[in-house]
Amino acid sequence: MRVIWSLVLVGALAAIAFAGSRAGGEAVFAVAVPYLALATFLVGLSARVIGWARSPVPFRIPTSCGQQRSLPWIRSSRLDNPSTGLGAAGRVLLEALAFRSLFRNTRAELREGGRLSYAADKWLWAAALAFHYSFLTILLRHLRFFAEPVPGFVALLQGLDGCFRVGVPTFYVSSVLLVVAAGFLLGRRLLDPKLRYLSLPADYVPLVLLLAIAASGLLLRHVYKTDLLAVKDLAVGLVTFRPVVPEGVGGLFYVHIFLVSSLFAYLPFSKLVHAAGIFLSPTRNLANDNRRRRHVNPWNPPIVGHTYAEWEADFHDKLVAAGLPLDKE
Amino acid sequence: MTEKTQQELVQIDYAPPARDWMDPRIDFVARRGSWSYPGAAKNLRYLGFPNPRDWSPEDADWKLPPNWQQIIHDGLAERLGKYRSLKVFLDTCVRCGACADKCHFFLGSGDPKNMPVLRAELLRSVYRKDFTTAGRILGSIAGARELTPEVLKEWFYYFFQCTECRRCSVFCPYGIDTAEITMIARELLNLVGLNINWVIEPVANCDRTGNHLGIQPHTFKDNVDFLVDELADVTGVRVEPSINRKGAELLFVVPSADYFADPGIYTFMGYLLLFHYLGLDYTLSAYASEGGNFGLFTSHDTIKRLNYKIYHEARRLKVKWLLGGECGHMWRVMHQYMDTMNGPADFLEAPVSPVTGTRFEHAASTKMVHICEFTADLIRNGKLKLDKTRNDHRRVTFHDSCNPARAMGILEEPRIVLNAACNHVFEMPENTIREQTFCCGGGAGLGNDENLEMRLRGGLPRANAVRWVHEKHGVNLMACICAIDRATLTALVEYWVPEVGISGVHELLGNALVMPGEKPRTTDLRGLPLAGMEGVADV
Repeated sequence: MRVIWSLVLVGALAAIAFAGSRAGGEAVFAVAVPYLALATFLVGLSARVIGWARSPVPFRIPTSCGQQRSLPWIRSSRLDNPSTGLGAAGRVLLEALAFRSLFRNTRAELREGGRLSYAADKWLWAAALAFHYSFLTILLRHLRFFAEPVPGFVALLQGLDGCFRVGVPTFYVSSVLLVVAAGFLLGRRLLDPKLRYLSLPADYVPLVLLLAIAASGLLLRHVYKTDLLAVKDLAVGLVTFRPVVPEGVGGLFYVHIFLVSSLFAYLPFSKLVHAAGIFLSPTRNLANDNRRRRHVNPWNPPIVGHTYAEWEADFHDKLVAAGLPLDKE
Repeated sequence: MTEKTQQELVQIDYAPPARDWMDPRIDFVARRGSWSYPGAAKNLRYLGFPNPRDWSPEDADWKLPPNWQQIIHDGLAERLGKYRSLKVFLDTCVRCGACADKCHFFLGSGDPKNMPVLRAELLRSVYRKDFTTAGRILGSIAGARELTPEVLKEWFYYFFQCTECRRCSVFCPYGIDTAEITMIARELLNLVGLNINWVIEPVANCDRTGNHLGIQPHTFKDNVDFLVDELADVTGVRVEPSINRKGAELLFVVPSADYFADPGIYTFMGYLLLFHYLGLDYTLSAYASEGGNFGLFTSHDTIKRLNYKIYHEARRLKVKWLLGGECGHMWRVMHQYMDTMNGPADFLEAPVSPVTGTRFEHAASTKMVHICEFTADLIRNGKLKLDKTRNDHRRVTFHDSCNPARAMGILEEPRIVLNAACNHVFEMPENTIREQTFCCGGGAGLGNDENLEMRLRGGLPRANAVRWVHEKHGVNLMACICAIDRATLTALVEYWVPEVGISGVHELLGNALVMPGEKPRTTDLRGLPLAGMEGVADV
């Protein structure tokens, strides 16, 4: 099974970090690897986006998901079939922030006598949304390590996220959501026969990696509590380019930071580039104003069809017989 | 008709087979009824397309050019540089599976490679192997596949088993459009001489005669004259369309099936009645005698080549603007490609309705208006006298055709026309109409007889919805604004829901339109007795 590959890969990454840090590689894993990963992320993602942007958009091909803007008295669908740039921007934002298209999801079922039925199926949408927003929240929460003093919004977010005050230290809502949502996404990939059939190792790797990151993070916070001051020194050192190798943070911390580094370095070369791709999708980010405003294709080839003069010459006698007018007598 | 019974066709197993999808082998003999005959050599030769020859998908040797792998590789590289859509769509798919059960071919066949995600993976896997480092090094672990003859055959099978309907693209969180993938995959296949005759013959015909059906100008005129006579019989009014007339205000372009075959001809009769009623200054063209464009199912260059004649003829005839008939893929081309490819149409004027004075601002650049937009405006302004009871023998539902719905968004206009012309209009279930509409199963050149089983399978979701509305509301007619639909849905409902017929929207408008000087109507445009006229009509 393809999921095995991803388990093996993530397990190997964790083992490398654990053993490597034990064997005196602390500086490598605490300083060199994060810098390298971040550089790979930035350069790789930029290269990817520039690569996309270098290919032109020869045709304006929005997928219209609602009424077009035609006659002024017919109500048009401004976001699902935008007719202006602003509308198209709104459409993309709705996709990026609320997963608009996924919200449409239905599940088809074949019933007795070959009858198909379709039911709304929001589980994928809900899980995807929970997954992405909890991940974002966790990322932002981690800013508390990188900035001194801790920015107000980070403290606020942290307060909200821990509002249930369960456990000491308190469990964050986002941590639980992330694990549950990622678990759901992994579960459906494994349990839905269609999805299991089409899934590649590259589909399991990000989920397993994220779950491993979450697990190591939760362990560091709640079980094998690490020295947070030492972590903060490291984080502040990294962002101020005066890195210090922390002492006494333990092997598990190196596993955590190495897996996070791996995720960042992996992103530009994987399907995770959808995070950027969503903004460049020509079926979503263009206004459906094709007949109102001409779209220019920069490589429009000089193709000429069968001209009228050629056609008239080909069918001259038949045109005469049918009494149709001619350009040339 | 296919030999399989309805009961046999609906035994659909959505559970994937044990064989991994990366295994490309296809038994074309066992799958007869689900693929289309290859393009005839004479058509390829006429068009100057590569590798004309006689071959069959059932042959072991497809007689490819010796360097075919290089040709495909170079072709893909070229297109990655030309289409951002292709690059983004190949890179961003996360295989979430939201598209899986949105494809009518998957729903009707259960073949997992009809899930849009896997259809795209067929191309994506080769892209990974040839254009990504991970794919080059890791091979199948990274989802990469070598482009072998078997893979190419699989491409031919599945990219000519997609009707480019864009339904998956509505549900995809990144808007990945399988129509775009299929269009480009078909371009690549064409580079090595792989295409189907039901596409390539219309393309050759269209280039030579001006229309897909190969109708020459004298026959064009005969057909129009015949329909004028038919109209005179039904209504007592003799309409007077002109052909190739210079100086008309507008050029009217229709799909050729509208003046050739039942039931499209009745739609055409509806147009002619309407224009006569309005005293519209229009002309038809025997040269620009095709609004449809099977180039869309071949390559972007071919779209441009076939579409060339539209503006070319409008310029020659010195018309002011263009009006287009009811046709699905034609409107994808007119709306999303024509102006970019063959414009700017700066020799035309921004369209203004001569009847209502309405400026069609939304068509100010392309200068082409859809007839449903034109007619909806007439209805809104009270310019038409309509007797709805003349459609009372019909209980009507409306099928949104894929391209007008998802590549344009003309959802309300045809409904406005229908509701003005008919008393009994009923909608199919909401997951099967508007932007979620289901394909007829035979678009994108697949509406041929040898592919009938696949058409009936792909048309199952649509037929299901028709049966529902038939049983619930007694619907006996499905109207649509697509010429391919009018041809393929006819076969579809004949198999699945024989109680329901197929028509165009303007056929029903023609029935209802009260013509000045008409004789009392006893039949509709088809010669069927009107409600209450069953004894009177001489049918």
